[in-house]
Order: sequence, then C-alpha cells, then structure tokens
Amino acid sequence: MKAKEQFEEKMKKKKGKFWIWMMLSVIFRLLMIYFPNLNLSSRPEVSTPLTSIHRLAEGYWLKQSSMSPYTGSMYHGSPLLLSLLGPLTVKRIEGQPDHLLCSFAFVVADVLSALLIRGIGQNLQRAYYQSLKLLKVNLSKNSEIFPAGDIASLVYVWNPFTIVACVGLSTSPIENLAIVLTLYGASKGQVPLAAFGFVMATHLSLYPVILIIPVILLLGNGLDAPPRKFFERSFSRVIEGPSSDSCSQQEEVINQPEVPKGFSLRPVIYFLLWVSLFSVYLLLLCGVSLKQFGGLWEMFRSTYGFILTVQDLSPNIGILWYLFAEVFEFFRDFYLIVFHINILFMILPLSIRLHHRPLFLAFVLLSILAMLKSYPSVGDSALYLSFMGLFVDELVDLEFSFFLFCGYIGISLLSPVMHNLWIWRGTGNANFYFANAMAYACFQIVLVVESVSTMLNHDRKLRKLSAVKHS
Amino acid sequence: MKMDSVLNAMASFLRLISLLCLPILFAVSAIGSVSEGVAEDFSEDLLLKPLPDRKVLAHFHFQSTAPSSRSNSYGRHHHLFPKAISQLVHKYRIKEMELSFTQGRWRYDRWGGFDPISSSNAKPSGVELWAVFDVPPNEVDATWKNLTHSLSGLFCASINFLESSTSYSAPKWGFHPASENMRYGTLPREAVCTENLTPWLKLLPCRDKSGLSVLMDRPSIYKGFYHSQRLHLLSSEYDSNAVDLAIVLDQTLTVVLQPHSHRGTLGYSTATQLQPSWSLSSIFGRRVTGKCALARSSNVYIQLDRGLMAELQGMLGEQEMFAIIGASSEGSGSNPAFELSANPDRVHMEISSRDDKHLSVLYMFMVEEKYDDSEPLDLRFTWKIPVAWSIPQAPLHVTRFLLGSGNERGAIALQLKSTKPSDRLMPDTVISDSCSLLVRVFQVVPWYIKVYYHTLQVFIDDRPHTIANVVEKMQVSPSKDKVSPGVMEMLLKFPCGLKSAALTIEFDKGFLHIDEYPPDAHQGLDIPSAVISFPDFFASTQFMENNISKSPILSKWQGQSPILSYTEVLLVPFTTPDFSMPYNVITITCTVLALYFGSLLNVLRRRVGEEERFMKSKGTNNFHVSHLVSKSLARLRGRQWEPSESQSSSSISNSKSKLLFKVILVAGLAAAWQYYFGSGT
Repeated sequence: MKAKEQFEEKMKKKKGKFWIWMMLSVIFRLLMIYFPNLNLSSRPEVSTPLTSIHRLAEGYWLKQSSMSPYTGSMYHGSPLLLSLLGPLTVKRIEGQPDHLLCSFAFVVADVLSALLIRGIGQNLQRAYYQSLKLLKVNLSKNSEIFPAGDIASLVYVWNPFTIVACVGLSTSPIENLAIVLTLYGASKGQVPLAAFGFVMATHLSLYPVILIIPVILLLGNGLDAPPRKFFERSFSRVIEGPSSDSCSQQEEVINQPEVPKGFSLRPVIYFLLWVSLFSVYLLLLCGVSLKQFGGLWEMFRSTYGFILTVQDLSPNIGILWYLFAEVFEFFRDFYLIVFHINILFMILPLSIRLHHRPLFLAFVLLSILAMLKSYPSVGDSALYLSFMGLFVDELVDLEFSFFLFCGYIGISLLSPVMHNLWIWRGTGNANFYFANAMAYACFQIVLVVESVSTMLNHDRKLRKLSAVKHS
Repeated sequence: MKMDSVLNAMASFLRLISLLCLPILFAVSAIGSVSEGVAEDFSEDLLLKPLPDRKVLAHFHFQSTAPSSRSNSYGRHHHLFPKAISQLVHKYRIKEMELSFTQGRWRYDRWGGFDPISSSNAKPSGVELWAVFDVPPNEVDATWKNLTHSLSGLFCASINFLESSTSYSAPKWGFHPASENMRYGTLPREAVCTENLTPWLKLLPCRDKSGLSVLMDRPSIYKGFYHSQRLHLLSSEYDSNAVDLAIVLDQTLTVVLQPHSHRGTLGYSTATQLQPSWSLSSIFGRRVTGKCALARSSNVYIQLDRGLMAELQGMLGEQEMFAIIGASSEGSGSNPAFELSANPDRVHMEISSRDDKHLSVLYMFMVEEKYDDSEPLDLRFTWKIPVAWSIPQAPLHVTRFLLGSGNERGAIALQLKSTKPSDRLMPDTVISDSCSLLVRVFQVVPWYIKVYYHTLQVFIDDRPHTIANVVEKMQVSPSKDKVSPGVMEMLLKFPCGLKSAALTIEFDKGFLHIDEYPPDAHQGLDIPSAVISFPDFFASTQFMENNISKSPILSKWQGQSPILSYTEVLLVPFTTPDFSMPYNVITITCTVLALYFGSLLNVLRRRVGEEERFMKSKGTNNFHVSHLVSKSLARLRGRQWEPSESQSSSSISNSKSKLLFKVILVAGLAAAWQYYFGSGT
C-alpha cells in the first residue's frame, strides 16, 4: 500500500512536471516567433509547396481579388484552410512580425495535438498494462512506469522538427492535428470524431487516406494488444481467479470485458457512414467556397493532382524531387506509379502482421508516408517521431537507437549547410543536398524496419513469457 | 471590183467592230485610272539626327501600301507590295502586327524618350512580336502559332519558339489600348544578324540595290550601338468600313552610330568640345546615288530636336536663329552653328499648340534625279560651335533590377525616377487641378519565376505607400507551371511632385526538369522587358505642312503615338541540377527504395528461434514423407500455440502446384499483354 501511495505521488509530481514543460514549450515557441530573421518559412525542409504560408497568402490574395485561388500554380491547399487561415495572413499588427496571428494558430494546433497524443498514450498504456496483467506477464521494466502519453506529447512539443515547422509557419501542424484527431477518436471509440479527423486529414494532404486501415482495426479490435491467441489460452484462468495484487478491484471490473473481443463490425460501419457523411459535407463546403471559380474539379486537379504527379521540383528533404528533375520524360509516369504503389504495397503485409497493434501500424504507415510522400517536410517526421514515444515500453529494445539519434541530428544539421552550399554560395551542387536527403531516407528506413522488428520481437517475448507462465 | 467591194465591206465591218469595242476600251481605261488612284505605293525616307552623346541616329522608313483586294482590279496580284506579306495578312486575318529585331539597348536618357522615334522604334533587345487578329477568340491561339511559324520561315529567325504557350501572353489593356484578340511574345535572347536583315530587305521593291537602302552597308550598320529592325503591318482588309488602303506595311531600321571624329579624340564630351561632324559616307561608308525608281518619294531629313534648338537659341542671337530656321530660303546651308553640305529643299518647323519657341526643325532633302553615280548625294553635317544639350525625355525614367542574392528567391524592383519635364511637355490634364501622373505597367514573367503578387510594395520618394492609393487598376493572370507565363498589367497614379517611385515584388525561383533548361543554363534565364507607358502623354510632332509632299514619316509623326519605354531585360541566375547524373540518381534512388522494401518485407516475414527450427524441419522433411511431416508438425505446433492446421498443411502440399499456377498465370498475362498492346506498336 505504501508503495502504491508513493507511486501515486510520483505520478502526481510527474503530471505537474508535464504541465510545466508544456507551458515552457509554448513560451519557447512564442519567443522563437519573435526572432524576425530566422526566415524559417522559406526553408525547403520546413515548407513544401503544399504547406508554405507564402503560397497560402498568395492564394488568399487571388481569392480576394476575385480570382480562383488555383489560377496559376501557387496554391495547392484546401479552400477551407484558405478561408480559415487566409484572413490571418493579411492582418498585420504594427511593429510585429508578419503572420503573427497565423503563428498563434499553429501554436494552438501544436498544443492541441500534443494533448490528444497524451490522451492516446494514456489509453494505450492502460490497455497495455491490462493485457500484460491478463497474460500474467511481468516485464522486468514494469516497475518504473513511463507515462508513455506524457513522453509522446512532450516529444511532440519539444521536438525541434515540430518547433521549426510551427515557427516556420508551415501548415503541417494543422495536418498533424487532423491525423492525431483521427487516431485519438478511434482509440477512444468516438466514431464521429475519428471520421471527422480522417476526412479532414485526407482532405488536407491526401496521403492519410491509408490510415483507414489502422483506424478500422482500432475501431474493430480495440487498442493495441498482444495477438489474441495469446489470450485465448489464458482467458479461462483469468475469469476463474481475478488477480487482486497490484491494482484496485474496480478498475479490473471495468477493464475485463474489453480484452479478448473479436472484430466488431458495428463501429466500423458507423465509421464508414460518418466518413461518407463528413466527406459529402466537406465537398459541399468546398463547392460553396469555390462556386464562382473553377469548382470542385479544379480543386481536385490542383490539390490531389499536384500531389500525385509531383509537378513541383523544388528541393525538399525527400528524394522524389531530384529523381523527377532528372528522370527522362518518357519514364516519368512509370516512376510516379512505382513510387505510389510502393506506399500502397506495404499496407497489406504490414496490416496482416500488425493487425493486433493498430496504433503501431498507424505509426509505421505515418513514417512510411513521411519518407515516400511527394512533398515531405520535417513536420511529418515530427509526427511519427512523437508517435514512437507512445510505444516507449514496447520499443525499449530498439536496436541502433543511438546511431539513429545521431543520424537524425547530423542530417538536420547538415541539411541547411548543404542547401547553403548549393543554393546560396554556389560552391556545391544539387548532389550535395540530394545525398543528404538520401541519407535521411536511409535513416528513416532503418528506423521503420528496426521498430517493426522490435515490436515483433516484443510480441515474441510476451508469447514466450506467457507460454512459460501457463505451461 | 469584187475584191474592192469585199475589202470595203471588211473595212466597214472592222470599223463597226472598233466602234462597238470603243466603249469597252474606254471603260477598261477608266477602271484602270480608278485603280490607279488607290494603287500600290512605296516611299522611302531617311532621318538623321545628331544625339547629345556624340552619336548619330539614322532611321530608315519604308512604307508600302496596297489597296484592298476587293477594290483592286488585279485581285491578289501585286506590283510593289511584297506578296509574302499580303498572303500572311490574308491567311491569318491579321489586323495589326509588329515584329522587331533589336540588338543593343535604347538609352532613354541620352537618345530621347519623348519623340515618335523613341516610342515606336525603341524596342527591347531580341525579338518582339505582337499581333491582333480578326478571328473568333477561340481560334486566336492556333492562328498565332501558325503565324509564328510562317514568320520564322520568312525572317530566318527562331520566332517559332514563340509558339509555346509559355512564351506568349494575351495582354488585356496594359500593352496596347485596343488589344482584343491580341497576342504578345518576346524572345530576349534572340541574336540579330544580317541573316535577318536580308529577308527584310527582300520585301522592299528595290531591295538594297538602289534608293536609300543602298546605305545599308552591313558592317557599318551592325557596328552601331543600337540596331532595331522593325516591321509594322496595319490592315483594314477585314474592316467593313475600310478606306481604300487595305494594307500598310511600315519597315523601319533604326541605328545609332558613332561618327568617326577626326579631330577631337574620343573619351570626354564637354560643352567646350566640338561635336563630331559627319556625313553619309563617313557613317555608312556609302552614298546615295539616286532614288529607288519605284518609290513615289525618297527623302532624307535631318532633325534638330527641341533641346538642341533651345540650347542654340540661348547661345545665338535672333538673327542667327533665323539663319538656322530659314536655311532654305537664304539658299545657303551655312549658319553660325553648323554647316550642311547641300541646301535643304524645304525646312519644316514644328508648330505647337502652346506659345513656345523651343521647337524642332526638320531639313528635308529630296533625292531627285540630279544625283547619280558621278554626283552622289553625300550629305555632310559640320558643327561650327561646340554645343551640349539634353534631349526631351519621358516624364519618368524607368529602370528595373533584381533584389536579393542566392538562387532561391529574389525580388523584381521597378524604379521610376522623375526626369523633371518642363511644363510645356505636360499635357493639360496634368497641369490642371487633378494633379496626377498616370503610368501603365505591363510585365510578363516566365513561369519559372514564381511571383507572389500579394507581396507587391510601392515606395514613393523612398517611403512605403499603401497600394490602394497608387494602383488604380490591376490585372494579374498568374503563371501556370509549364503552361503559361504570368502577366501583370497595372495602372498607377502618382502625385505630380513625385521624385522617385519604386515597385517591388517578390518571387521564388522555380526548379526545372533537366530538359527544360536552356542550352547554356548556367548563364541564367531571362525576364523579358516590362513596358511602361504614359497614357496622358503623346509624342506627336506637328509641322507646318504645305501639304505638297506628304511624306509617310511626317504623317506618322503627326498622329498621336503613346509614349512607351521598355525596361532592361533581366537575367536571373538559376541553380541547376547535375545534368550528367540522371542514371546515377535513378539507380541510387531505386536502390534506397529497394532497401526499404526488401528489409521491411524481410522483417515482416522473418521467423526466429523455434519458428526457424520449425520451418527448417518442415523444409527437410517435406520431400520424403509429407503425410508424416504434417502429422508431426501438428504435434510440434500443438505444443507451442494453437495452429490453423489444415490451412498450413494444405499450403505445403499445394506449394508446387501453386508455383506452377503462378508461372502459368504470369505467362498468360504476358501473352495477353503482348497480344493487346504489343500488336498496336
């Protein structure tokens, strides 16, 4: 009992610390916003043609001068974002940096996503410990409980990538918020919220459409747990003698029925219904806002079409821009298909192998997207890196973690240097920057592959432990 | 007798016939005389003008006119008018067209910006082409494309590059007041040479064999500081209420040359130094031996501009000024300021609506039959006193430049500096109470310069100014990647007391595909000249006209031509990808992708520990006794976890047949592909 009290006190302390760190991150962002000559908004790593605030302002200007925001090839974002953020780009407060109000919006979006990530993390951790308890597995590191949600959300707010994306005024914090909202809704079982987030995320940047698989799995199967067959064997025992050693009886009662549930179709169908409802509603809104211009078809062509055909060849941290700048025109379509198939192709094996861990599947898919999407930015990386924090218990045994850490730091320091050498000084050439992007892609690949293999190993360990217990 | 009577009858019959035919013959001759009235016409003029910076402007002007094909009794047959041009007009239904080849940059501050020559003959370097068509709006683009190809063949130039929609634009009102169905395109980097001049000369009836065009000695023309060869076409062929002249073709060649000064050395030019004297033979190396036999008129003019006259008036007395003005009446080309080698046939004085003494003078020399090979016309202009003057300029002097460094982004700045024109140049609207200066800006930006139009900033006298107060009207059509250039048309309204104004607009530099870079990519890419015009000002020069010889150049000057100035062409340095690397990039990128794909799949299907042993045992026993193996497997697995037994065992036994099936499927697909798609190619 004393240990428990101590633990609770510790938790409370940690909670207080969490809020302090959260406040500090907001203050830090506000301070960064006041640095006028950081010029982060024009960094290729931060703002892509899809997320750049300058392009958004241009689109808003075009719309204000009664032209379609998609005339010309400046703006490729959503018309709703335009009506939401557009007015903020114009308002200027005397003596303050431009786009100040916009940056406040992004800070709010960042904080919101961090809190939602924390919510996901709390749910996830509860589910994790519960399943461990059911399996009667006591992992050695269990004693010192990491509040995974806090870690993930602090990783999110304090990740330099997130800070740079937020201060650099790219719209990726909002895209990230939509994605986090989807996963939060799905993990909480709030179907309309999940559907709303999903529709918004898809509308804003198309690629999150593949998150439909983890979301359906989340809604159908519940939160991440070891494979069901682990439980099937031990289920009868659990019901016979409920353990009463560590946690309170009440919690046990609430949690018990959740565990070994089969795939429930009902929330999924609800989800699909809500998704169709929200999409119709969204299309209606877009149609209304683009009524006097080119209409929806123009919107699709210059947002989704622009994303899928990689028309803009300006450098970014991905690898596709250089390939499409160099590849022979004749093969362009072929490579476009190959790259997009590559994203889609991995979905099936991953969801077969990780169907019991839908949130982890979402993390893997997000990191693959951040690597292979046509205009990646550091904002995308920030999201999956913070999601990694959610699996801090499972991924303790991640291999090469120090190597990867150093790699990420090295890349983020080298990238501006290479860009400077190529673009500003002219002493380097495009290959310098491309090599950097290449290395970044490699690090991301290693991270994804290693975390998947660690997660699978973790499952194996659980199975071994539970098998030892029950045999 | 019989014979006689027969002859008589014949004669009377012939007489009868001749009598019968007479009216017809008369009618024919009458028609002939009518068509003679609007017959094709050709005239040639040469204008020479001393410039303040010790140079001489030579401006050749050839005008050919053709009557409408409807009123012309010969149909589409031409005597003088170039057939190629009339075919062009008929085929593409051109209302108006202008093509210019230019080398060098017109110095508005030194060579003038407020006279008909500078506003219509100062052109941006390279090729500029614009045309107005009389076709339905949806056919204009196709017609333009065909026109560019025709002109390309006609003038031996790469005008066909204007065919691509990225290189031409459709100005609404910024370039030309009436510009419906208008297309405008420039090629700033086009090199102009004699190969463009020769086809241009071919359009003249005398080519360069006789007449004023004899002076066009290639080395001396291309040696000049500025060279602009222009072709302007005005057609009223498709106008319902057309006057009798259907097509008017103006060909002009404007060159700025440096006369050889034998006495004074080059290098400095002061008020105390004598301006270089020049003659036709010293600047062109040739002399005029006679007029082109087919030309109606052939005149040489020497113009002294307003600034020079004002300066002379300040230096000389009343009497001497009269000598300058009345050179012809006195019968001597000599006066205290300069000396002309020949007596001018006529002196034209400019007339002004306002009472003003500083007016330009035009000496006219008719090229008559009195000149021949033995006694050619070699007009000489010799200065007697040193003069320094400034030439009339447009109200604002325009320069354009780039801001920023690096190859990522930048800004275009357009700077307008007041030239402080004296009141006499200001039109009445400006002097009256609503004191404002209207400026029209027309700017085409290629698509790879991604302009942020919302960043437009206006500075007046170096202080930022709200845009709404200055920009009266603005029309923007943003550039579309690889489809169309960005066009910006603005009407600005500045206060009168303006000293300087600047417009800045930011842009991002685009990154192109390696095939889209020009051959010399490291040199950079061009932004074509912006066109600045002043809608309140017109360059018109009215002369006291006796209406005896209305030469085309004078009638041209009397019409109101808008004041235009072109800015510099901007050269924007661009970053380039590594042009030598496509294979490397493709292979390296694909390697990384394969790394991702392979390692992730490998992780997903990897088995460890017991799983591996289990798989191994499965593999070894598989061949011998599959039944036994499956049985033992079931037992082995049963100890570990609940297997889906039937599925796995069946998969093992079926693996061979599955493989066979797959092979057959792939082969079948390949065959079908070959059948359906391979046969087509």
